[in-house]
Amino acid sequence: MAPATAERLFGKSIKRREDPRFITGRGSYVDDLKIPGMTYAAFVRSPHAHARIRRIDTAAAKAHPGVVAVFTGSDMKGVNSLPCGWDLRKAKNVPGVVQDLAMVPHMPLTSDVARHVGDPVAVVIADSQDAATDAAEKVRVDWEPLPSVTATEKASASGAAAIHADAPGNVAFKWALGDAAATDAAFKNAAVTVKKRIVNQRLVANAMEPRACVARFDPATGELTLWVTSQNPHVHRLLMCAFVLGIPEHKVRVIAPDVGGGFGSKIFLYNEEVVCSWASRQLQRPIRWTASRREAYQTDAHGRDHVTDAELALSRDGKILGLRVKTVANLGAYLSTFAPAVPTFLYGTLLNGVYTIGAIHVEVTGVFTNTTAVDAYRGAGRPEACYVVERMVDAGARALNMDVADLRRKNFIPKFAGAFQTLVAVTYDSGNYAAALDKLLQIFDYKKFRAEQAEARKQGKLLGVGFSTYIEACSIAPSKVVGALGAGAGLYESGKVRVHPTGMVTVYTGSHSHGQGHETTFAQLVADDLGIPMEQIEIVHGDTGSIPFGMGTYGSRSASVGGTAIQMSLDKIKEKGKRIAAHLLEASPKDMEYANGQFQVKGVPSKAVPFGAVALTAYIPHNYPEGLEPGLEETSFYDPSNFCFPFGAHACVVEVDADTGKVKLLRYVAVDDVGNVINPMIVDGMVHGGIAQGVGQALWEGAVYDGDSGQLVTGSMMDYAMPKADMLPNYETDRTVTPTPVNPLGVKGAGETGTIAATPAVVNAVVDALAPFGVDHIETMPLTAERVWKTIQAAKARR
Amino acid sequence: MKLPVKVTINAQSYSHEVEPRLLLVHYIREVVGLTGTHVGCDTSQCGACVIIMNGMAVKSCTLFAVQADGATITTIEGLAKNGDLHPIQQGFWEKHGLQCGFCTPGMIMTAYQMLERYPNPSEEQIRHQLEGNLCRCTGYHNIVKAIQWAAEHMPARK
Repeated sequence: MAPATAERLFGKSIKRREDPRFITGRGSYVDDLKIPGMTYAAFVRSPHAHARIRRIDTAAAKAHPGVVAVFTGSDMKGVNSLPCGWDLRKAKNVPGVVQDLAMVPHMPLTSDVARHVGDPVAVVIADSQDAATDAAEKVRVDWEPLPSVTATEKASASGAAAIHADAPGNVAFKWALGDAAATDAAFKNAAVTVKKRIVNQRLVANAMEPRACVARFDPATGELTLWVTSQNPHVHRLLMCAFVLGIPEHKVRVIAPDVGGGFGSKIFLYNEEVVCSWASRQLQRPIRWTASRREAYQTDAHGRDHVTDAELALSRDGKILGLRVKTVANLGAYLSTFAPAVPTFLYGTLLNGVYTIGAIHVEVTGVFTNTTAVDAYRGAGRPEACYVVERMVDAGARALNMDVADLRRKNFIPKFAGAFQTLVAVTYDSGNYAAALDKLLQIFDYKKFRAEQAEARKQGKLLGVGFSTYIEACSIAPSKVVGALGAGAGLYESGKVRVHPTGMVTVYTGSHSHGQGHETTFAQLVADDLGIPMEQIEIVHGDTGSIPFGMGTYGSRSASVGGTAIQMSLDKIKEKGKRIAAHLLEASPKDMEYANGQFQVKGVPSKAVPFGAVALTAYIPHNYPEGLEPGLEETSFYDPSNFCFPFGAHACVVEVDADTGKVKLLRYVAVDDVGNVINPMIVDGMVHGGIAQGVGQALWEGAVYDGDSGQLVTGSMMDYAMPKADMLPNYETDRTVTPTPVNPLGVKGAGETGTIAATPAVVNAVVDALAPFGVDHIETMPLTAERVWKTIQAAKARR
Repeated sequence: MKLPVKVTINAQSYSHEVEPRLLLVHYIREVVGLTGTHVGCDTSQCGACVIIMNGMAVKSCTLFAVQADGATITTIEGLAKNGDLHPIQQGFWEKHGLQCGFCTPGMIMTAYQMLERYPNPSEEQIRHQLEGNLCRCTGYHNIVKAIQWAAEHMPARK
């Protein structure tokens, strides 16, 4: 770390270095690429939710002018199923965990049965996008429509359409965690129990840049280059090479250039990039494919889609004695890359919340339906868990007629540092939950609000406040543990630091930025540590041709895991530099320190060698320590010892129009604890965006399937309610800082906290606003005007 | 069948024969090669493709290229002059009004006309005027701040 005398760059809101190219229209996204000889792909997709393919006639399409090739699944001989990278079957030896998994096939182009609207069955490749699209309409598929099932709670009903031969009852897995007997006992002894059905509806990630790929096979070198909208290019390469296409990994280069948002949806290996990669090798020509927004709705992995029955047991004085959760999680038609992890190890393990709970038991059934596959979407399992816990705590407080903030505080896990063992397998790293709530209530002026609310109610105005004191688990690790839980991958990160002879520095990170600002944040980290200007530092990411094998960006892991890997390499650089400088100064390496951009004898800044001089010496090693390798370049792989657990307290104020049911957001206050913060401006920005997505789920968003036809009704931006500027307020953000002991930077993760926290805060606020009608719960989101109005009418009718 | 189209984009003249069905945004991106204007949807909702055509902010996905015949167009690439960022671009940089950057060109071009209409817009006006532009990263908070910053730093108008 740089000395206290210099101005620290770590912790400073520095403007982003990547912005100039974006604000001048010079970003480089996949669809911007043009390569000589380029061809264009259009996919033929199932219009049915479930249908057998009797025959595919491609003759007319092949005859269309400009068409280069038409391929169906039967052409793709030797190509394997898209792999599911999280196999719950492996983890049968984990104590307290009951699980199994139907590992069903997912072919890049299905040739027997289409299992959801949008399932690709053929691809047309042509000289122009228009020719490809026109010809795709000429592919004749003889469909035999089959009965379909899309609704989560109906997937396993008797008589439901069977989707996979190897998944009887459409059950993908059953999974359980916690102590069932202790939980039963807790409920037996409870003074009060509360039971609620909680529906966490299906969402669509809606990154603004649609998925896209360009595959170019070069017959001269035998090398395939794939530009793809990916959050993790090495994962894409590994899965494609080792599992699907069986092509040599060292002959494949995957590049994720500027990527326009991910939110989870660009983690996964998708049909289209596999088909284009394969076809480019067949045709020996480059192929570009870019999803239309309609294709994005039909094929980008969806998120959430849980139906949960939750029960909370409380003592008369408001202690939480037990939590019992039964969830059905809709996985869609196929197992997406990490799908089984999301409603299990990323969900059940967070049900302890920030509370001391007597006993917990959770059972999850994963089901297949004729819908788009569901996988990680911003938060991935943790928002679903937080929603259950924070809704149930709220309902518990209402059942006891206790204040919702008081009940939370009464049950908070007391401040701790180092470890808190939960009842659901994970160990929290550090926490001070009461401090976050205290700060929130102070900013928010809770007492004043309750007085205003009482006054407003007298005048018939429906004001409500909702809280969410959430926990988040990010930078999931270590590899050994996730492997035992079923992961097919490790969850370390790589960081390589290359010091050039002139003292300039290039940093190669396995993390990938698709909006997170790594080119700024990581440069800050390095500049701060080396005491050199940011201008001397370049951050490289997103290209398997230049970076060491890395796991990419998801689960809020870039700073904590990727940043630490860089830090480890910096430490190695400084150690080597000390030996070089000691040699030049004729001092002992033990007596050297690094400070203010120079290697110096401890406490003697005048006896020093500048960073640049050491770099030059390392590459022109004329006067050089005996036995030391020339060069100044280090690579590190960091595998954390534990997850990091950010937390915080959010409050939302709403006004509900009693006549129309319309919810208006009046105020949103967020106090987050994400550990140490490298760039507060960037962290605040991510919190804002996260809140907007959480609010979106609470009030507007939802992927809706027609129960009879299985059609995706919300298949465009006209039909799926994306949050807009005039629907949202400004956000008031603040922080407490509880550094994590897990990594040397003390950083936790900030990418998903807002999304995790916001949804229950908003719903709790609406329920609070409707309390005068005796409403204590609304089963299903989004809380559209219609749903809220109906809730009010039903409550009035009950009275 | 192809039809002629002549346009001026960022003070350069272009002349092509194009299919009548070619959308203006695809003309700008694929034919002219200016890829700063983006396509984020297919229903005219997202606003990533907003350009200034004959002084108006328009969604270039909702016009055919041939409809732009004779038009004068500014895209995001033409906003900075002589290497100096336009105050709106500067505002987005200063106020962290972007994350992934994909919606940003459309946001900036929409803001361009907004500030012509409302040189000193209220927050409510800004939010209302952005109704046709979607952003998934920022939650809009900093986009509003960026446009406010730009309004404060725009050179005085006649």
